[in-house]
Amino acid sequence: MPAKKNRDKSDKVPAAEPAPVASEEAEGPPPPEPKPPVQVLYCGVCTFPVEYCEFGEHITRCKEWLQEKDIDVYNKYYSEEALQAKIGTLSLEAQTKLEKDTAKKEAKAEAKADAALKKKLASQITIKRIERNKRKHVTAIHGLEAFGIDLKKAAKQFASKFATGASVTKNPQGQEEIVVQGDVSDEVLEMIEGEVGLLKGIPADNVEIVEEKKKKGGD
Amino acid sequence: MFKKFQPSTDIAGQTPVKSSVQRSIRSAVLEQWKIEPETLEAVWPKKEGLVHVKCREHISIYTVRGEPIFFQHFDGPIYPTLRLLHKYPYVLPMVRVDRGAIRFLLAGAHMMCPGFTSKGGYLPPADEALPAGAPVAIHAEGKEHAVGVGITKLATEDIKKVNKGVGVEITTHIGDDLWAIKAL
Ligand SMILES: [Zn+2]
Repeated sequence: MPAKKNRDKSDKVPAAEPAPVASEEAEGPPPPEPKPPVQVLYCGVCTFPVEYCEFGEHITRCKEWLQEKDIDVYNKYYSEEALQAKIGTLSLEAQTKLEKDTAKKEAKAEAKADAALKKKLASQITIKRIERNKRKHVTAIHGLEAFGIDLKKAAKQFASKFATGASVTKNPQGQEEIVVQGDVSDEVLEMIEGEVGLLKGIPADNVEIVEEKKKKGGD
Repeated sequence: MFKKFQPSTDIAGQTPVKSSVQRSIRSAVLEQWKIEPETLEAVWPKKEGLVHVKCREHISIYTVRGEPIFFQHFDGPIYPTLRLLHKYPYVLPMVRVDRGAIRFLLAGAHMMCPGFTSKGGYLPPADEALPAGAPVAIHAEGKEHAVGVGITKLATEDIKKVNKGVGVEITTHIGDDLWAIKAL
């Protein structure tokens, strides 16, 4: 009889099975079990394994995060003894320099993040309705990348949402933008306001709909 | 390898890997790494397709369910991504740099021999020596988890003897642009 399948696999952590000992097993060897992966706690701020936060650019915020997340782990890395022990073979002088560098790096990173945030909050997105001919329009969306949005993925999201073609192209100014077939400008604005899918974190005030009419030479 | 690597410009395209090629990659991994077939199966189930992400300068990243698990330069050795190595640290032989070298490594520098031969460092003993060109897990003094993945530039016994210049080249490290890619 085949082994019964475990029907409910949604239970979070499978109990770690001890590694099978391949020796005097009477009834033939059981099929080998995969080794369970090591669980690593990654920092919610800098993404490093928490023991490496000290080398990152956000140590102050990393520490706050870990203190909240798991006080025991926090004490393991930041208690007085831990700090003493960790210096290892490094000379005191080198350790002081390292700490100084870390503080400098952190200040620099925070300043950079501030500037980036300001720039982001100031950057504009334009949704342009472009008339191709009498009845056909395309919609060009420009500026999403400033909000850290992957243009290719966003184009895919538009394509499936509107069941139409969407691609990333360079506009005449050489900047990348998303071009969606059809007039979907109002819907795109709604999606940005509703923070649908990838379109998160864009202040609606930064979005503008513009119209580009075909020049009608004859009229 | 992943310095200034931008997915939007440095990735040329993604293609599912043909099953015959998947088989040869699977056997290459089993041959090059110290991993049990059943553990590899848990990481990359046979019924789950491998996707080849073609990148600039002949770098290939391989993903399963969007998650990068291997990478390769030309047809060189197959490296685990660092997040995969963290889960299965024993799949590659281990070397260790001293604490002083960590910040240079994290800034993208290759690792000089003295970083391995000083008191905080570690190289395998002579009877487990590695040749030049061997993929290694790079650990760091006082740390539990690997800080990077690299390839030996010199045989480990030569690193001990020569003790100057680059001993191990870093192919990926915590915080580089491959680390930043959690899914593709
Ligand atoms: Zn951190």
